[in-house]
Amino acid sequence: MVRLGLVGAMALCLGGCAVTVNGQVDATGATPTVGARGSDAPSTAQAAKALPIGLDPWANPDPFPSTYRPMPSVPTAIVGARLLTGTGEEIDDATLVMREGKIVSVLAHGAAPPDTVVIHADGKWVTPGIIDPHSHLGVYASPGVQAMSDGNEAVSPNTAYVWAEHSVWPQDPGFNRALAGGVTTLQILPGSANLFGGRSVVVKNAPSTTTQAMKFPGAPYGLKMACGENPKSVYGHKDGPQTLMGNVAGYRKAWIEAADYVRKWDDYHAKIAKGEKADPPIRNLTLDTLGGVLKGQILVQNHCYRADEMGEMLDIAREFGYHISAFHHASEAYKIAPLLAKEGVCIDTWSQWWGFKMESFDGIEENAAMVDAAGGCAIVHSDDAHLIQHLNVEAGLAMAAGNRVGLKITPARAIRWITANPAKSLGVLDKVGTLEPGKMADLVIWSADPFSVYAKAEKVYLDGALAYDRNDPKFQPKSDFELGQPNGRVPGNGPQTPGAAH
Amino acid sequence: MLKLATLAAVSGLALFAASTSSAETVLIENAHIYSEGSAGDLARGAILVRDGKIAAIGPEVKAPPGVKRLDVGGRIVTPGLIVTGAGVGLDEIEQVSPTQDSGVEAGPLSAGLDLQYGLNPDSTVIPILRLTGATSAVAEPTLARTKAETHPQLFLGQAAGVSLGGQADMLIKSKIAMGLVGGEQGAALAGGSRAAFLVELKAQLDEARAYAKARKGFSDSQALGLTRADLEALIPVVEGREPLYVAVHRAADIRQMLKFAQDEHLKLILAGAEEGWRVAHEIAAANVPVVIDGDEDLPSSFEALGSTLENAARLQAAGVKVSLHGPGLLTGGKTIRLAAGRAVAYGLPWGEALAAITINPARAFGLAGEVGSLEVGKSADIVVWDGDPLDTQGAPYVVLIKGERQALTSRQTALRDRYLKPDNGLPPQYRQ
Repeated sequence: MVRLGLVGAMALCLGGCAVTVNGQVDATGATPTVGARGSDAPSTAQAAKALPIGLDPWANPDPFPSTYRPMPSVPTAIVGARLLTGTGEEIDDATLVMREGKIVSVLAHGAAPPDTVVIHADGKWVTPGIIDPHSHLGVYASPGVQAMSDGNEAVSPNTAYVWAEHSVWPQDPGFNRALAGGVTTLQILPGSANLFGGRSVVVKNAPSTTTQAMKFPGAPYGLKMACGENPKSVYGHKDGPQTLMGNVAGYRKAWIEAADYVRKWDDYHAKIAKGEKADPPIRNLTLDTLGGVLKGQILVQNHCYRADEMGEMLDIAREFGYHISAFHHASEAYKIAPLLAKEGVCIDTWSQWWGFKMESFDGIEENAAMVDAAGGCAIVHSDDAHLIQHLNVEAGLAMAAGNRVGLKITPARAIRWITANPAKSLGVLDKVGTLEPGKMADLVIWSADPFSVYAKAEKVYLDGALAYDRNDPKFQPKSDFELGQPNGRVPGNGPQTPGAAH
Repeated sequence: MLKLATLAAVSGLALFAASTSSAETVLIENAHIYSEGSAGDLARGAILVRDGKIAAIGPEVKAPPGVKRLDVGGRIVTPGLIVTGAGVGLDEIEQVSPTQDSGVEAGPLSAGLDLQYGLNPDSTVIPILRLTGATSAVAEPTLARTKAETHPQLFLGQAAGVSLGGQADMLIKSKIAMGLVGGEQGAALAGGSRAAFLVELKAQLDEARAYAKARKGFSDSQALGLTRADLEALIPVVEGREPLYVAVHRAADIRQMLKFAQDEHLKLILAGAEEGWRVAHEIAAANVPVVIDGDEDLPSSFEALGSTLENAARLQAAGVKVSLHGPGLLTGGKTIRLAAGRAVAYGLPWGEALAAITINPARAFGLAGEVGSLEVGKSADIVVWDGDPLDTQGAPYVVLIKGERQALTSRQTALRDRYLKPDNGLPPQYRQ
């Protein structure tokens, strides 16, 4: 996994920012010039002196590297289940083999290799691990007391300088509840108070003591942006934005500054590369993140409900040369489904939630299905510590709604809304999101058709390791917070009534 | 008539839809009935609807001559569902304050708030709920509106039972329960301690008792923050006629509230009750019904550490009558059938889960004379289902409210249909 981590670090640096020398990342670009102009002693000394990496945004794009390690696993074959692969296929009586954390084969009616532990799963269903691209677990943890309210840095409309991972509390009991709901990967976002809320972090839902140990190796960062009512309601009585037009002006102003910042650093690196004397720009954490978007390294995750606002955000992205990975919530995506499909922007939405605010008043149950039917990338997300445990059910309701109006959504297709499509929107589809050989063995064995309210995740695997087992308390992680206090399980916290049954 | 019935079955009931009115007599036949009443479950039965009421129910029902027949092809038929946990008919958009009438944030009233006067039968929420099989609701005062800073009053006001049939008069019964928040929120309203909450509550109830004895010359009790209207509203509560509907969460608070109600001779309904399962036998012994959020399983606060998806099943097993709703306000109302389905996944028998969204809330809130089960004399609030009512792929096929066939449309389906229509060269706003 160390290697994976390194690959991840480099993947973040795709914009031509880094020079690789003997396997070492030296993003200052200074190293190759050392000694090249040895006669020019004073300026060479200055040029050759590498900037401390903390002062160059592109010297070390991964200052809080993932320390995730898969738990121990044994070669395992799951035999007899019905598989929804996430690639659009449904395979009955399948044999899925995982080894060393990876899926190695998926076959119909296959035999289990002799060295594997066999899980007999007749009558059960297997899907890729559920991926929630919109969660605030850890940043708005349970218990929801003020002291744990770390999701919105609501001090300024642009707080692109904050990183959600620095607010994540890995002991949030919600992580384990989500694991019992089959969630293996999630994106934790800052809240939507600000135009630019900060960086998101993509984590594996692995019980951990540090946040770094949850971070998904090699996953790109996201930038949380927010349209609409929230920023203007938070800042309307302060220095603004007070209106939607104020919101848009705020985005554009920030991108102009970010473009200038990127240009200054590119100039600096170019000069240093040529051995010329150059003053480094002052590092700015806000513009680091926005600049990362402009360089294509950080994915834009844009909270935006209304069709008209999504249309404007697409124009802003064009104006400044970046791509929007997903519109989140996107209650009115169905009104512009062909446009969203053409632009290649995913939409993260709900089925049942609507009308809790003006900009969600036009939300409909068929939103995901209609985007899917238009050829778009539909995703069912949670934004909620309860709903994240039941994304399979929410997707089932979205599928049912689509089918009632004749959209003919199969389970094999709908499962993509909570697996492959969110993986795509997070830039990790090459690693998770489908049951294909070579991918991380993140998967769920369900007791029944996963789109039924009666289905329960029986076993959840993370990188081939059993991370949750509904029938074995040894594989039911419990956060530190839940120790020594009442909790929902019996025995130990059973009825307080003396002599009561149980 | 046989011919008519056959046609209806073939044509997706179009004939029936076109001609049913509240005055019509209809026989629903070939139905798999879960009556939630004395008729029990009938694998194959019939229901006669006349004058908006259920006139007969059983395995065989004699149809009067000329009656319209509705052969439902063996589909599941249940009583209409009853929504709890939300300000149905009172609240439109949660974050748009002028559309919210389920509570007050300021002003002199607390217990006196009477939600029957805020009802809006044109609420767009009502048809949306009907599409989930809901036919009536408890229009509740919502806790979300309570603010200790601006309105530190313990009582939230009086709930109303409402019909979701879109009639101009949607009220079934007013003053069906008095809302109250206990636990952390109640403590905050009482100044910051649970130790103050019950003392203040008792003082207010005593004030109402004193008022009941000597109405004349009784001024608004400024010291306790109660107006005469509030005191008047509390009289049926202190007399044990109107239940106190109190949100409490941790086991200790539930215990305190059970004891308080016993000492004060109050009728009680518990809301929230995340740790109810830990004191289930005491709740059952006190014969107190509970209304719970079927999705709550997180230690969302220090008073809900014992939350579990098995709460409903464990309470029911102990003999408690449970009503279920989903999380959130109006969305929670929309998802009651799934909250019931989830409770089944976590141990509640299917029939008990259906009871938790029909007859149990009807009984808890004193509406069972009208709604909640398929019994002779009750309102003909009937849902014919495609599929399992409690599961994702199930959906209402026919909804009758007071015997009247409801259009299965809403503002949501109108939006959907507009944008599903093929592009005709004109902007969508020209599409109906």
